[in-house]
Amino acid sequence: MIRFIDVQKEYDNGTKALKGINMRIDDGEFVFLVGPSGSGKSTVIKLITAEIAPTEGRVMVNGYNLNTITPRQVPLMRRTLGIIFQDFRLIEKKTVYENLAFSMRAIGASNRELRRRIPYVLQLVGLDTKGERFPGQLSGGEQQRVAIARALVNNPSMIIADEPTGNLDPQRSLEIMLLLERINELGTTVLVVTHEKALVNRFTKRVVAIENGRIISDGTGGYYNVEKI
Amino acid sequence: MSRKFDAGYFISEGVHSIFTHGFMSFAAVCMIVACLLIMGSFTLLAVNLDNTLGDLENENEMLVYIDDSLTEEQARALQPKLAQVDNVSQLTFVTREAALEEYKSKRESSVPLLADLPDDTLRHRYRVHVVDIERMAETEEALEQVEGVGKGNVRAAIDIANGFVMVRNIATGVAMVLVGILLVVSLFIIANTIKLATFYRREEIAIMKMCGATDGFIEWPFVVEGMILGLVGALIAFFVQWGLYQMVAKLAIQGNGLSLVNIISYGDMASTILMVFCAVGAFIGVGGSLFAIRKFLQV
Repeated sequence: MIRFIDVQKEYDNGTKALKGINMRIDDGEFVFLVGPSGSGKSTVIKLITAEIAPTEGRVMVNGYNLNTITPRQVPLMRRTLGIIFQDFRLIEKKTVYENLAFSMRAIGASNRELRRRIPYVLQLVGLDTKGERFPGQLSGGEQQRVAIARALVNNPSMIIADEPTGNLDPQRSLEIMLLLERINELGTTVLVVTHEKALVNRFTKRVVAIENGRIISDGTGGYYNVEKI
Repeated sequence: MSRKFDAGYFISEGVHSIFTHGFMSFAAVCMIVACLLIMGSFTLLAVNLDNTLGDLENENEMLVYIDDSLTEEQARALQPKLAQVDNVSQLTFVTREAALEEYKSKRESSVPLLADLPDDTLRHRYRVHVVDIERMAETEEALEQVEGVGKGNVRAAIDIANGFVMVRNIATGVAMVLVGILLVVSLFIIANTIKLATFYRREEIAIMKMCGATDGFIEWPFVVEGMILGLVGALIAFFVQWGLYQMVAKLAIQGNGLSLVNIISYGDMASTILMVFCAVGAFIGVGGSLFAIRKFLQV
């Protein structure tokens, strides 16, 4: 669960990225966070992942109060999240299997756990035959599937996808979004940050729209075609 | 998923990383070798200089003249009292006859003139070596207090001793300052070399951080890598230093100008040099690694 209560964020250069955000995402939800470039979407993601701290207000993520979280607790909080990036961020010198293993090793998983979990997740994202391939040998869509598998492999309670389809064609973008929808149906909370109106409008999901550091709408329906708040 | 320390994984990752980033590993080892050679060469020069000065110091003996009225037996009987004087390391009794013979032997050209000198021309004496030549003046004073010696009967080249002390202090001071500066410079160079290597891996570090890896988990493979690079550099530097040292020593022995220098064999110092090189190599390897990744951990 994510809770933002009157959250403001002002960067050191004086930029006011968020101007009093109130938002709640419950367990099991699928939410699109939409808005134009510079609206504050990335700042929301950075606050959720504890890369930055709010200037004012409270941020709660999966039971952790990020206003009072200690440096030692940050890795534990991040283990409850699976993060997907627009540019995939795969390690080119490692195979698909090794990329996933790397992520599991990072939290202290044993070889036995790796052997049990990785094939299952690869099958879930449709890459069960490509474990020995290197990222450079895969298409953009497949690389993003690997990134999704990596986000899932540690069994997080929430997936955060930051512009996951930004580098993909419409067909691959839809496939990725359908995959995320399936993951959500299996019980994982999903937060997708995007500015792709057409893609968002194909799904009947909750859409939180942000502009100039403020939430301008929050409801179920299409991009900006939702209840104004 | 609760294991906190997986030594096998850290070692395998550290070793794997050395080969994956082969060129940067090679550059780091070269830097470590270069730094150790510079520091090692200078230190060995200082050690040899110190050793030579030590030998010269040892040759700087004091002469304690015994009262003319004492017989040889009485003079010999003074040895325990003289030996008890603080700072005295070695005593050698020289009879008046032996002293005269030695005197004559050093002045062969004047032998005809010295031939008729009676055996009791000179006095019985002790050759005295001291532990610390810096305390020569106080030792001289203490020896004069011994019954059978008396004031003015001790000859010590205090000016020469003070000269040795000054040269040694300056050499030690300069060596320590230079080695200290070189150590800091080496650490800086190694840190920058490893930082460059780490820069290519910032993405890996960022991914690990986002997955929930602790700083310790991320640092360990770098520690292993830095230590291995440091130790490999130390071993290479040890053998290169050996070759260089033998070459310079050979030239020094052949050159007449350096005949005063007493060169210590590399073999005599090998175990110490290896230990120091390994310790310094591991220190700059690990220190440089940790310094280099510090910035990338702040995600």
